[in-house]
Amino acid sequence: MLKKRLIPCLFLKNGRLVRSEKFSYHQVLGNPITQVERINSWSADELIYIDISDDQHHDLQRDDHKIKSMDSIYQIIETVSKTCFIPLTFGGNIKNIADIRERLKRGADKVIINTAVFENPDFITKASKAFGRQCIVVGIDVKINEKKEYEVYVSHGKKPTGLDPVFFAEEVEKRGAGEIFLNSIDRDGSANGYDIKLIKMVVKAVSIPVIACGGVGEFSHFVDGIKEGGASAVSAGNIFNFTENSVIEAKKTLKNAGIDIRPIINLSIKNI
Amino acid sequence: MIAIINYGLGNLSSVKNALDVLQIQSEITNDIQKIQKADKIILPGVGAFGYGMENLKKLDLIEVLNKEVIENKKPFLGICLGMQLICKKSYEEGEFQGLGWIGAEVVRFNLGQSKLLVPHVGWNEVVCNLASPILSGGNTEQTFYFVHSYYPDVEDKNLVVGWCNYGVKFAAILQKENIFAVQFHPEKSQTEGLEILRKFSNIS
Repeated sequence: MLKKRLIPCLFLKNGRLVRSEKFSYHQVLGNPITQVERINSWSADELIYIDISDDQHHDLQRDDHKIKSMDSIYQIIETVSKTCFIPLTFGGNIKNIADIRERLKRGADKVIINTAVFENPDFITKASKAFGRQCIVVGIDVKINEKKEYEVYVSHGKKPTGLDPVFFAEEVEKRGAGEIFLNSIDRDGSANGYDIKLIKMVVKAVSIPVIACGGVGEFSHFVDGIKEGGASAVSAGNIFNFTENSVIEAKKTLKNAGIDIRPIINLSIKNI
Repeated sequence: MIAIINYGLGNLSSVKNALDVLQIQSEITNDIQKIQKADKIILPGVGAFGYGMENLKKLDLIEVLNKEVIENKKPFLGICLGMQLICKKSYEEGEFQGLGWIGAEVVRFNLGQSKLLVPHVGWNEVVCNLASPILSGGNTEQTFYFVHSYYPDVEDKNLVVGWCNYGVKFAAILQKENIFAVQFHPEKSQTEGLEILRKFSNIS
């Protein structure tokens, strides 16, 4: 049967890998390429990169970088796709069909669209017709507002939309989204675990896979996301950046909890 | 040299990247002379069947593929849509004739009341009960990455060396003499997938 998926999510800002907290504080962690090697992508089931740069400028020129200069997300995609032979998803600053095409051409398998969906809901339909539904992931960022209600935010958590996440999720599914990447702004960087209530609500409302993100602080939180939340895939950023062998340890925890996941392959590419 | 057939569909660079890492010489091409000179052929592809056949025709590739694979018996690997195109016909958005190398009709998943979704996307197990030069011996169950809504319904089950189950049991790996085909994406299936590409490249 189809396996549940474990997906490290890497946030990029101006060409650097960053740690994110509540969508506002960003600590620079280093080079996105060397980090991929460090987190041992060989046990992850997919990788997600989200570019949260405010502008299009990417400068990786620092002495400790293996790869000296990369001035665009395109170069990052090209380089990652030469080292990681798993499905790669790229999000951030995707505004039109040409933006998607450029990313796919360079080695992305899927894209996450977010703000552009709110601004122009037809974009999902056009994109899934052009590239297939499986290629189009809609990112939904949710925050609990002043009225203590869940609300969808766009523009990397800066702009409230007045929309209810369940309504929004149903709408994007109808329009052709292949998957939903559901992130909680309140839980981002908190290490308090997923917002299970939110995940459950969205999973129940749609029949497309939901990738849960936001709040993982320990490996057992991944188990909660699948067992309690009902997510098809569990994602996180910080835990993979700060914990050694994190992907392998996370998989062991999921397996011990009886979740059907792809086994850890103890074979490096050099041994093939 | 392996010719990776460029017919305007699919992420060809992923296949090329995987072969590069394995240090296997390959070239993305639709040049007839280069395909004639290549010692192996890979037909990748993601997209619609009808559009794929139309492009093969437009680029004049059908004759050279038939000649090199069927007559000259060059090792051939079809990936995803590349597996479906070598079948007799497909019912994807109409009815289309394929290359006809394998007696099979390409049909859509009909999962009825089950909660399973189409397309079938993600990592799934493939049970291999027949030996094949593109498989490592001993491993009877491996996990690969799939993205598809259609699958080949194969007449001669002896051609199926690997089965996958997604509501229905379907052929994940086919083999007929020098012709190999996989419904999943070896280039996106990490070490186990790359191992298939390496084994294919070693066939003499």
